[in-house]
Amino acid sequence: MENQTALFQYCLRLADSNLILSHRLSEWCGHGPILEEDIALINIALDFIGHGTALLQYAALVEGKGRSEDDLAYMRNEREYRNALLVEQPNGDYAKTIARQFLFDTFQYHFYQALQNSKDETLAALAAKALKEITYHLRHSSQWVLRMGDGTDESHSRIQTAFDDLWMFTGDLFDMDTTDETLLKQGIAVDLAPVKEKWQTQVSEVLQQATLKIPDQTFMQGGSRDGRHTEHLGYLLAEMQYLPRTYPGAKW
Amino acid sequence: MQTEKDNKQAEFDFQAKIDKGDKIEPKDWMPERYRNQLVRMMSQHAHSEIVGMLPEGNWITRAPSLRRKAILLAKVQDEAGHGMYLYSAAETLGVDRTEMLKQLHTGKAKYSSIFNYPTLTWADIGAIGWLVDGAAIMNQTALAKGSYGPYSRAMVRICKEESFHNRQGYEIMCSLSFGTSEQKQMAQDAFNRWWWPAIMMLGPSDDNSPNSDELMRWKVKMESSDSIRRRFIDRTVPQAEFIGLTVPDPHMKFNKETGHYEHGPINWEEFFNVIKGNGPCNKERVKARNEADKNGRWVREAAEAYAEKHKKN
Ligand SMILES: [Fe+2]
Ligand SMILES: [Fe+2]
Ligand SMILES: [Fe+2]
Repeated sequence: MENQTALFQYCLRLADSNLILSHRLSEWCGHGPILEEDIALINIALDFIGHGTALLQYAALVEGKGRSEDDLAYMRNEREYRNALLVEQPNGDYAKTIARQFLFDTFQYHFYQALQNSKDETLAALAAKALKEITYHLRHSSQWVLRMGDGTDESHSRIQTAFDDLWMFTGDLFDMDTTDETLLKQGIAVDLAPVKEKWQTQVSEVLQQATLKIPDQTFMQGGSRDGRHTEHLGYLLAEMQYLPRTYPGAKW
Repeated sequence: MQTEKDNKQAEFDFQAKIDKGDKIEPKDWMPERYRNQLVRMMSQHAHSEIVGMLPEGNWITRAPSLRRKAILLAKVQDEAGHGMYLYSAAETLGVDRTEMLKQLHTGKAKYSSIFNYPTLTWADIGAIGWLVDGAAIMNQTALAKGSYGPYSRAMVRICKEESFHNRQGYEIMCSLSFGTSEQKQMAQDAFNRWWWPAIMMLGPSDDNSPNSDELMRWKVKMESSDSIRRRFIDRTVPQAEFIGLTVPDPHMKFNKETGHYEHGPINWEEFFNVIKGNGPCNKERVKARNEADKNGRWVREAAEAYAEKHKKN
């Protein structure tokens, strides 16, 4: 695989997960369980969109075909999106939103720790900047996992169900393909095997502390690396992209 | 024991303080009616910030560019922050947030009539920032000079953010007005639909609002609704003309002698109906708030139970 293509794909992968999760979080706007959480979720959604935008700008630059970050966000279809399957899963109840967030925050935390040392200076700088935000996101979601797991019977059973339902989408976070191989050789990409170990350790610790069971399911869904998604992404993109697609060429 | 004479003296001192331009602080003596009026205003104001998140939140997932999406998210976050800030300010008068929210959920407390209108197109997001935040600023810069310390300080802080919102809303309208013919049409349509509700949200005509005198004397109300409305119109009409939008009021004309615009008759019947609950979205808005509250109960209970279990002794 050509280096440039690989780097472009890699940037899309990182950008898209940020973009799609931001979208999901923003769906909560005005409907959160308490005003403080409404504010926290919007804040996190803002961090994700900011970081996702920066990554798409870089992707556009790497691609060098004159596309803008908005072209990449609004004009790619479902099979061209590279976000993790986990982040496109619907919000469900607040337990599902928090479980999804915690699983992804923990991944991002360890992933970006490693990406800080990427030989690609832009990615390294973006990672270092994002880590400050991610540290806060992870603290927020971990605290809620503890509160729900070790809260009431109802909250315990809701968050356990959420983890059970989402678990099969976590393997996809760590799948590696030729993109990774190409960029690993140059010290640009992150080796996902050690990230996975750290992720497993931390997730186990927090779940244990929250008196929750690690789901025992081991069969994992995959596909996001080549744009095979769940049914949910199509609807999400239809909503997100409708204006630029309805009025091609318009400036907003 | 407080005698009637003490009360008279206290009320006299209270008024003297206000006349001098001093602020009334939470621990100061204040007439019960002053307290109640402020609780009513501040909680209404807080509710408006929170309910206002719904019509604008309606477009976050469909914002047409990444930049616009981030700006809208940040705006709605500001509004949630205003709500928090105002609930806290109201709590200094001895009501707690839970109680105020209960009044919102049961329909006992009101919020601004404007948020009972739907956001139908993206241009509505521009129109809201430009017109609704614009009208709110006119009202709130006046309230910032009010007599109750915590409220007036909240207004100073909030006004700064509202003027950002106002500028960003106008900027959306500019882009649309100077865009394609479809976009321009979208802008004009939103302007047509939001103009009158924005004019009305500033409150009924002066000859139609009771106990105005006392509120003015107490500096709870700082300026009459008609006067605020005039300032809003004088500021907004030239902005509309500048971007080629037509004010949807055939009677609107500039009076060279007074230096003010004069508007046509306002449909107060619509306004009072929306206040009463008959606006296009009243039921939906209150239902959305109730559902958020209901669906969030187990979450709040979990947090309480957890805090209780892990209380440091
Ligand atoms: Fe942040
Ligand atoms: Fe506000
Ligand atoms: Fe605002």
